[in-house]
Amino acid sequence: MPVECTLCHQRPAVLKRPKTSQAACKECFFQAVETEVHQTIVTHGLFTRGDVVAIGASGGKDSTVLAYLMKTLNERHDYGLDLFLLSIDEGITGYRDDSLETVRRNERQYGIPLKILSYQDLYGWTMDRIVATIGRRNNCTFCGVFRRQALDRGAAMLGVDKIVTGHNADDIAETVLMNILRGDVARLRRCTAITTSSEGAIPRSKPFKYTYEKEIVMYAYFKKLDYFSTECVYSPNAYRGHARTYLKDLERIRPSTIIDIIHSGDSLAVKGDVKMPVQGTCSRCGYISSQILCKACVLLEGLNRGLPRVGIGKATGGNMSAIVKKYGLREEEEEEKGEDGRRHHGGGEGEGMERRKGEMGGCGSCTCDSKKRTCRDPSTLLDVTRPDRPEF
Amino acid sequence: MSELRIHLEFSGGAELLVGKTKHHDIALPHQPHPWSLRQLIAWIRDNLLKERAELFVTGESVRPGILVLVNSTDWELLGQLDYTLQPNDHVIFISTLHGG
Ligand SMILES: [Zn+2]
Ligand SMILES: [Zn+2]
Repeated sequence: MPVECTLCHQRPAVLKRPKTSQAACKECFFQAVETEVHQTIVTHGLFTRGDVVAIGASGGKDSTVLAYLMKTLNERHDYGLDLFLLSIDEGITGYRDDSLETVRRNERQYGIPLKILSYQDLYGWTMDRIVATIGRRNNCTFCGVFRRQALDRGAAMLGVDKIVTGHNADDIAETVLMNILRGDVARLRRCTAITTSSEGAIPRSKPFKYTYEKEIVMYAYFKKLDYFSTECVYSPNAYRGHARTYLKDLERIRPSTIIDIIHSGDSLAVKGDVKMPVQGTCSRCGYISSQILCKACVLLEGLNRGLPRVGIGKATGGNMSAIVKKYGLREEEEEEKGEDGRRHHGGGEGEGMERRKGEMGGCGSCTCDSKKRTCRDPSTLLDVTRPDRPEF
Repeated sequence: MSELRIHLEFSGGAELLVGKTKHHDIALPHQPHPWSLRQLIAWIRDNLLKERAELFVTGESVRPGILVLVNSTDWELLGQLDYTLQPNDHVIFISTLHGG
């Protein structure tokens, strides 16, 4: 017995919307998703007429649907945007072939010009050459660190005004959870921002902030959009994998959980007298960094000077400690999933807790005496006296 | 008293768990009661998943994050695990848990 669409009361419903529990037919579902993303773009003023916008494109589901929707909405609502797809090629033989092939098809299918930048273009090194230099052992560290900055560097090279990425509501809720579990108040406070723009950096926004992963995948399915999926990267044992599994379990019990978590992150306030880490920029490349040099520049420095161990792991080697001293280095962690929407290991994922220990002598975020950098009692950090704030 | 023939499709990365093959025409053996999706998932676990079954099955259902459609309709509108399979049903499992 087909269920009737609760929106138009005419056609048979094809899916249950997780956000609203409505049964929707295909047409009403398309309409709803497109309208919601348009509303998000308009309400948050993500673009200005005439902007050159780079869509971070990996060939995966999120960025493929994003490219299709940006194209559709730009035409339908006359945003006046100059769109193009920006893909990153790490330069690993064979690795990107399928995903880049998908992005090339997207270029033709949607008529959006594609620009592929390689690690060679961005950093002067391909991953194959890095592996040839340093061996396989630490190559994930390089790849992860370089990937995190690749879109920003690429966009800067191309002189774009804005970057958009396919991060969806599930991704953002997952990041909120991870930052709560890690007790990372500074990141917790900014991880739900729909647009991030540090000084001098190109603003980066997430038009799918309120769009459920289920709806993105269903949209791609019903529109027959062509995307590429990789080997499962949510290894059930990885730290981020645990958070994702937990989130999906919650969603099954109560689908609104995802939006509720994002809302909690949005409305969270940090007490005014709490000291937050100062965010600076890399003196060499301008990327956000709490140190004089960002991690990518440190790794590059090592590669270019023939000291590839620099920047990896603990300060053990002789060369390493000199550089650590010189630049006041500290391990940086991954903030969220890869720039291109993929999950990657390396570059700090799943190791946040251990790495933080012993970094500083005392809690850096509040007035407690905890020996850890951030104490584990969020109630001392969050302003829970304001009635509309979530309580922890 | 014959077997129940249906078509299975795995996509979004779920195909990687079943021999990298997207389409599977299968014949479920005759049984006294109608086949439910719950029983189909158990059958897939026992017959198609060669390894890493935990990436597909959780308890008696699919792992949260795997979408299920029957004849292009979300199983959440069809009673989910209790849905009774019909001859020639087209059941699709789409993983949302794979990168890309
Ligand atoms: Zn309708
Ligand atoms: Zn730098």
